[in-house]
Amino acid sequence: MIDKIVGSTDEALVDIFPGASIHIGGFSEPASCPNDLLAALVRKGVGDLTIITNDAARGRGYIERMRAEAEQAGPSADFDGVLPLPEWFIPVGVLVETGQVRRAITSAGGELKGGRETAAEGLIRQGVMEVELLSQGTLAERIRAGRVGMPAFYSAVGVGTFTTEGKEVRVFDGRPYVLETALKADFALIAADKADRFGNLTYRGSARTMNAVMAGAATVTIAEVNEIVDPDELDPDRINTPGVYVDRVVLREHRVEVRTS
Amino acid sequence: MTSISPEQYVSVDVTGGAEEPAYPGRSAHVGLTSREMAVRVALEFREGMIVNLGTGLPTTCSEVVRRDLEIFFHSEQGVLGFGEVVHSLKEADPYLINASRQCVSPKPGMSFFDHSDSFALARGGRVDITVIGALQVSEHGDLANCRLKDRPSGLIGGGQDFAFCAKRVIVMMHARTRSGAPKLVTECDLPLTAPGAVDLIVSDVGVFEPGPSGFVLVELAPGISLEEARRCVDAELTVVDPLPTIPIASTDSRTSAPGERR
Repeated sequence: MIDKIVGSTDEALVDIFPGASIHIGGFSEPASCPNDLLAALVRKGVGDLTIITNDAARGRGYIERMRAEAEQAGPSADFDGVLPLPEWFIPVGVLVETGQVRRAITSAGGELKGGRETAAEGLIRQGVMEVELLSQGTLAERIRAGRVGMPAFYSAVGVGTFTTEGKEVRVFDGRPYVLETALKADFALIAADKADRFGNLTYRGSARTMNAVMAGAATVTIAEVNEIVDPDELDPDRINTPGVYVDRVVLREHRVEVRTS
Repeated sequence: MTSISPEQYVSVDVTGGAEEPAYPGRSAHVGLTSREMAVRVALEFREGMIVNLGTGLPTTCSEVVRRDLEIFFHSEQGVLGFGEVVHSLKEADPYLINASRQCVSPKPGMSFFDHSDSFALARGGRVDITVIGALQVSEHGDLANCRLKDRPSGLIGGGQDFAFCAKRVIVMMHARTRSGAPKLVTECDLPLTAPGAVDLIVSDVGVFEPGPSGFVLVELAPGISLEEARRCVDAELTVVDPLPTIPIASTDSRTSAPGERR
């Protein structure tokens, strides 16, 4: 019987190795990020990693600043739509802060506010980390290319800017395009809503993001989910990521649920 | 009068959410509030358009449009057609957020997709307008909004895709930095996100268009003098004659029908 469900995040990450390349899904907030897998990765302390992720800038420093701002605003401040971050949430930047990352391919390595630099920026200055800054569309499509077996594609985005320096340019219908190559990784850590033992996944709302793109773009894809259900409970018409792209499934310790009251 | 360069586009977070710019030597607020800037930007929207809203100030734009107008607001992580920002914790759904990670309300016609499809929408030419923050805009319409000076990395977000691919690129920003430096410049000295991309700049002091030589001031903010507006531009400035005042009657825009052009 096929059963991709594993009992713990440690088991899910059993073969993670130093120097591995890892896709990490999500949009820097608890609903869409593989929170538990990330926490386990930090706990394991495996280093020299290449991470491919939407945002490598936000870490504990960012969270502390958010909390300080909220405290300063006071409890009576109007709710501005941004949900308070739970204690257990750690963004991807924490991996950078712990010194586990050698290279990040991401749409955020720094910030646009003056003052303190991010952990990544400090490590770049020390010469111990590299950041390849890419716009999210190029990042997503390069990952998708990795999943679908295309080595490269041409894109008009970024022509004439630092993001495409050194890349091959070719003109189609009078417009210049650059050659962007596929991004495959050793592991993909993603978050989804529901899963069955085949690894079939459904997502909820705006939390699909990079998760559904990264699924299958790695040698081993590991999904953490809010709920594990019997195979006949998932409507085949509603499956967003077919199980063929998923190798391991682990149940979230901290489910992120829609408020009902 | 607005020049449209459909080849180009950009979008990234820049503003940090400050309501008012702190101009040196001036404690009182002058010019438009963020919300009023959003109302002015929204005058460019038409029913049926796909409008991408970048992180920071631009996400305010979904707050001010008339509720009966069917405009599809797009958020980079994979939402098309969301409603307003939710201001009640009880109604907040962590699975329905905008690019600033604010919970928003659902709307009929809304759809979800992944990051790759979200940007295929842009690359495929489906995005009519992107509203984007900026650190600097040059008179050639060059957009710099992803890296500060002398910093080893930056935050590009999805902005570059939209700046290159949206049919129209509207920059929404305070006209000067917090330390008072003009953001409208002859040449950007920050790394470019997209060259020649910007079509229109809506700022707290006025509405500008890049080129053909310097900037053109096309509308002035209420309560701002022409001299004040000039001080926010470090480039040649042409002023349309007669110079209209930005048509913002009040900050309470819900009743002011921003979707109907003056």
